[in-house]
Amino acid sequence: MEKRVRVLVAKPGLDGHDRGAKVVARALRDAGFEVIYTGLRQTPEQIAEAALQEDVNVIALSLLSGAHNHLFPRIVELIHEKGMTDVLIIGGGVIPDADIPVLKTAGISEVFTPGTSTTTIIDYIKENVK
Amino acid sequence: MDNESLKLKVAEYTAKVEKASAKFPERKNLEYNRLYTPLDLEGQDYERDLGLPGSYPFTRGVQPTMYRGRFWTMRMYAGFSTAEESNKRYRYLLESGGTGLSCAFDLPTQIGYDSDDIISEGEVGKVGVAIDSLADMEILFDQIDLGKVSTSMTINAPASVLLAMYIAVAEKNGIGPEKLNGTIQNDILKEYAARGTYIFPPKPSMRLITNIFEYCSKNVPNWNTISISGYHIREAGSTAAQEIAFTIADGIAYCEAAIKAGLDVDAFAGRLSFFWNAHNNVLEEVAKFRASRRVWAKIMKERFGAKNPKSWMLRVHTQTAGSMLTAQQPDNNVVRVALQTAAAVMGGTQSLHTNSKDEALALPTEASVRVALRTQQIVAYESGLADVVDPLAGSYYVEAMTNQIEAEALKYIQKIDDIGGAVVAIEEGYIQREIQDSAYKWQKEVENNDRVIVGVNKFQIEEKPVEGLLRVDASVGELQKKKLADLRAKRDNAAVTAALAKLEAACGDDSINLMPIILEAVKTYATLGEICGVMRKVFGEYQAHATL
Amino acid sequence: MNIADELLKGSRLALSRAITAVENEYDNAVSIMQTLYSHTGNAHIIGITGPPGAGKSTLTDKLAKEYRRQGKTVGIIAIDPTSPFSGGAILGDRIRMNELTLDQGVFIRSMGTRGSLGGLSRKTSEAIKILDAFGFDVVLVETVGVGQSEVDIVKTADTTLVVLVPGLGDDIQAIKAGILEIGDVFAINKADHEGVDRLHTELEMMLDLNQDKIEWRPPIQRVIANRGEGINELAEAIEKQIVHSKESGQFVNRRTNRTKSELLAMLDEQVGRYVRKQLLAYGKFDELVISVEKREKNPYAVVDGIMTTILR
Repeated sequence: MEKRVRVLVAKPGLDGHDRGAKVVARALRDAGFEVIYTGLRQTPEQIAEAALQEDVNVIALSLLSGAHNHLFPRIVELIHEKGMTDVLIIGGGVIPDADIPVLKTAGISEVFTPGTSTTTIIDYIKENVK
Repeated sequence: MDNESLKLKVAEYTAKVEKASAKFPERKNLEYNRLYTPLDLEGQDYERDLGLPGSYPFTRGVQPTMYRGRFWTMRMYAGFSTAEESNKRYRYLLESGGTGLSCAFDLPTQIGYDSDDIISEGEVGKVGVAIDSLADMEILFDQIDLGKVSTSMTINAPASVLLAMYIAVAEKNGIGPEKLNGTIQNDILKEYAARGTYIFPPKPSMRLITNIFEYCSKNVPNWNTISISGYHIREAGSTAAQEIAFTIADGIAYCEAAIKAGLDVDAFAGRLSFFWNAHNNVLEEVAKFRASRRVWAKIMKERFGAKNPKSWMLRVHTQTAGSMLTAQQPDNNVVRVALQTAAAVMGGTQSLHTNSKDEALALPTEASVRVALRTQQIVAYESGLADVVDPLAGSYYVEAMTNQIEAEALKYIQKIDDIGGAVVAIEEGYIQREIQDSAYKWQKEVENNDRVIVGVNKFQIEEKPVEGLLRVDASVGELQKKKLADLRAKRDNAAVTAALAKLEAACGDDSINLMPIILEAVKTYATLGEICGVMRKVFGEYQAHATL
Repeated sequence: MNIADELLKGSRLALSRAITAVENEYDNAVSIMQTLYSHTGNAHIIGITGPPGAGKSTLTDKLAKEYRRQGKTVGIIAIDPTSPFSGGAILGDRIRMNELTLDQGVFIRSMGTRGSLGGLSRKTSEAIKILDAFGFDVVLVETVGVGQSEVDIVKTADTTLVVLVPGLGDDIQAIKAGILEIGDVFAINKADHEGVDRLHTELEMMLDLNQDKIEWRPPIQRVIANRGEGINELAEAIEKQIVHSKESGQFVNRRTNRTKSELLAMLDEQVGRYVRKQLLAYGKFDELVISVEKREKNPYAVVDGIMTTILR
């Protein structure tokens, strides 16, 4: 049995805009990944614990409310605390360019802004997943 | 030309172009026919299907003179950070010629949490203004005459609490509830289906909504008690026909709930309002507006037996499509918004919000909001589009498309009726799945270049990061926390506890209208989180059944 | 790290990684299972099956909460179908169990079927053993729920709970025919919906006709899972079944049968793998295929020949 890449698509915070997250989830499934979608309003603690239980290779965070600077780094921190240092963590949503370097420093590998094609995301995951 | 000879001519024409298009293929992904003629309107009856503006079935508009009398309300959705900051923006908008207010609340407010709740971390003041108690509401409307302005509030699950706060602020300023004008969104069903700021399960949520209908019909007669919203359904990825179908199905569910609660249809139906999206396909959008009015009028008259013509009218607020704004070459968004504005105006909207060009990147700056508002003013004063009532009526294409969208919508409404109504259809995930399928299809079309988005998958350029975006001060959360601590220290806490206990008891008794009790509670400066907390305790919380 | 040792010391990360190792057939998978085996056999395994839309996930969530209330720890395996075209899957059951995520007495793992057809994933039984070895008191296994092919669960679970809902129309006959025999306990979910009385009566009648169930007449419990109604009673019904199963010897019988079929399956797999390896080494298998295809040789004789040569 070959290895399947497992991805947690997560919506941290209170934001209810899940069109992007759901479209990405479907596209990842069609690309052969196993996708676990958390649903809305997940705390960083819930996301980290779900990632651990599902032993995912990738966590894809989607947030459009502007709370990314607060929530994304917190999630990375919790994931690392759990000993999962080999997980690829990516983010997407309405995220100003100025915030991207800060998020990358905090451990978000890549940030995808509006207009990104799902193919770009899939290719990125395939190239960078451990 | 009679129909028979026209048929021959059209057949001749079709044969000719088919041959030509074998050589020069037409663009892919075109959803409508190449050409429309009187043949497409066979069986159309002017009196029955269109009528005159201001009369049944209102296809041509809900008012007889439309914009020849008065333009639509130019209502810019705004709000961020603290009540103080948002109050400044509101007064700026009113001074710039905006004719109504539209309040955006932050997510903790929309989901009934105080700013000092742990779950609110990072979200306070981000997508709208943070309101924790009546004290914030007093600041929000400082120096604004609530007897004159009409205020729309995008608030759903805790709509009863925010409305109560608004009534209380007005009362403090000596303005009675009967003088208040405005709208609360109060549309919980689309929150479950598309927007995500629900709190309670459907049953108690529907009770809160009917409580508001009843209370307002007696005490706040000019208030639009609900804005049944297709906007977010469309933003989530639906088609035009799905937008109006799912929304009208929600509308049917609200009417049924209110009637079941013992209200007379004509007592509340006149205060129902709708909220449409103005999307990119200009003529399709015009047809959608026209079709929606006809569908609703017939449902209200025939299905619910409403007698008052006001109950038959679908009055609508519109917002240009946020999801169609591109982060790439954002200046192009000004053009998109102008075309969407044209669609909403030719479609006969009652009020309009135009998005700003930078909203795919962040909340809009004051300068970009001004351009968005100016877009409406240019369409109103310069374009001539507002000079004639329902200017596209009689266009073979627009009439045929109006019929087609109506037919598609009616099919969906029938399907939802078969499932057991909108509430069940949402609980079973049917509506969500239909929307997601359309969203995924759209995305695939864009990625396959079957659908061109200028600047995104065609005509791209190298771009520098956009500068000068609005940033919400990260200290808003701390500021609100401090305000809350002060409030809790100085208010009459015994009165708060008593009001909350009374509310808790009333929540458990379906026969009680909760509005007066919530109003009492907000006047004691009980916070939004405290009031919603009590309701959470009794009602429980909705568990989303996301299906993919 | 040594995954099995860490797991036995209580590491949830090791638990999670162990399931991955087994599911992906990593090199260490067999040694992990060897270490863990002596620690298994303590958890009670409950299979939860039923047609799509019956509310299995919600019911699983509520049952888990009920067991937590009783002080038991709960491992959950939720299985969803893998797309035969892309190999991908949306594992969507977990979303209905979000409230359990942070409970350290619970562990939820979603699995794709990855080509398996009987309602479970290929490695479900190993995943159950891993949760068992970790020390969970109860393991709940939620099957795919495609209807008629949900047969594997019976071989895997100590107790099989079948969930039905009113309003499935004509499909109900086929569904019932397929899963009636496998239910130790039945739950009728969405009991506030129309048609619940009819379904209940039909089910009773069909159980009356079912001769195999003479010793244990499966109880039918009505529930409204999303409101948590009837869950308590359902847990009691399951408890009674467990007691009966243990007293009547059925429990031990089932476990013995399971061990037997697992041993046989492992043997099949090992022997098959060995034969294939030998065949590759032999190097003339492709020629044999061609001669069978050309009807120069017959396949029965060829297989006989291989068997006598390789397994002599």
